[in-house]
Amino acid sequence: MRNFLPRLGQLGCLLAGLLAFGVPSAAQAQSKYLTRAGHISFFSASIMEDIEARNDKVSAIFDLTTGQVAFSVPIHDFQFKRTLMQEHFNENYMESEKFPKATFTGQLLNAAQVLKQLPSGTQTVEAEGNLVVHGVTRKALVSGTLQIRDGQLVVFAYFNIAPADYSIDIPLLVREHIAKSVSVRVNLTCDAVTPALVQQP
Amino acid sequence: MSKTITLLKRAALLGLLLAGAAPVARAQADLLGQLEQDPQKDAPRQVVDATFKATRLINGHTVQTPGEGTMVFLISHRFGPLNSGSYEFFGLDQATLRLGFEYALTDRFEVGVGRSSLNKTYDGFLKYKAIQQTTGAHPVPVSVTLFGSAAIMTQRMTNGIDYTLGKRTAYTYQALIARKFNTDLSLQLMPTLVHRNLVINEGERNDVFALGAGGRYKLTKRFSLNAEYYYLLPSYTADHYRNSVALGVDIETGGHIFQMHVTNSTGMIEQQFITQTSGNFFDGYICFGFNVSRNFTVKQRTRRI
Repeated sequence: MRNFLPRLGQLGCLLAGLLAFGVPSAAQAQSKYLTRAGHISFFSASIMEDIEARNDKVSAIFDLTTGQVAFSVPIHDFQFKRTLMQEHFNENYMESEKFPKATFTGQLLNAAQVLKQLPSGTQTVEAEGNLVVHGVTRKALVSGTLQIRDGQLVVFAYFNIAPADYSIDIPLLVREHIAKSVSVRVNLTCDAVTPALVQQP
Repeated sequence: MSKTITLLKRAALLGLLLAGAAPVARAQADLLGQLEQDPQKDAPRQVVDATFKATRLINGHTVQTPGEGTMVFLISHRFGPLNSGSYEFFGLDQATLRLGFEYALTDRFEVGVGRSSLNKTYDGFLKYKAIQQTTGAHPVPVSVTLFGSAAIMTQRMTNGIDYTLGKRTAYTYQALIARKFNTDLSLQLMPTLVHRNLVINEGERNDVFALGAGGRYKLTKRFSLNAEYYYLLPSYTADHYRNSVALGVDIETGGHIFQMHVTNSTGMIEQQFITQTSGNFFDGYICFGFNVSRNFTVKQRTRRI
């Protein structure tokens, strides 16, 4: 009896270890959703003029087992209707050669509950995390919705950014042209990740 | 017995902890990494734009063309030489002017017209961005813009020569080759051919070859130092005229670009400043000048995402 019990303990460890590394990673592979062609747009309304730009090269990944979210936006791919605005956006404001990407890494709030209810319909969610714009990292809260549609994860998110928070310098002369707070909208249709796509090297 | 139960509990707890924590930690670190890990491995090909701020370096053109649907109104001004003395108020009493309009039909092709007060000259040009500098896989190291212009001098002449329209016309052909080395530094080479239909002096050739070189260095995001030099290849023109020298600054304020400079050329089109510059910059033949350009979006870009 005294010999048998430690063995039982070992067995317990082994079992738990198997659970830890075997089962969840298999589940993980099926619950990740990824896109490399998501849409993002921003809109700045001011007395002088409205500024709008779109970008359809957003990469995003969602891990539905943990409720973790990450997205990455190539700054240089924002398209403006006015070409001069686009040049100034890249050259003078976002300095896209120095800071080519904006990223967000975050965690869904109430993830367990939201993810449980996700198969039954659209969920309103909030994600909290780090937003990196123009090389500046700040805590950000992003609101949005999640929905599973035809095996794809459809994401809609919106938040506001104040250029001043991310040390984007706006000269006095054009200060009236650019809103203090710029609204950002994200539209993503993510495909379920097949394990081969995220296989670690 | 109770001891063995605690051992069991501990083992199970440890296992649970491992099961819960390990994948989370792993995922946290990897999620963004997985995202950045591009399936093609190569960095995406990207066009290098804004090599220069304006369509002019100082006197001559840069590789830049305005974006599609943009019209540029350009006012250029050159005062007289500094060494003309106090009677001429150091050159400020004299001035030559060029007014110009440019319009970009596509992101790579623009047309322009202008009128210079010097010899009452009308000019028109075509400019095409043939090659664009890119980064990423198979990068293209330079941008090449092709430039062609015609200038017609309309001043009434009394030297006994019958000035037909043809005799009043001169053409310029340039290949503008530029590289943006980084956000601040861009350099440009300008091989140039100017063809004058009429030359008056004995020994003067119709064709003049020149090689221009110039560049800009940005001191701040909206302020840069510019320099431009046109070297005349050995010829009659090189022996009787001076190479064009210009130094200046670009100041950008939203839709305007102000360029202020000093140069020994009083003309603002190629045929004038390359083949007709007579003053020696280093002897004090220094003219103050400026270009002011204003961009208007005539047609907004129609292609939508």
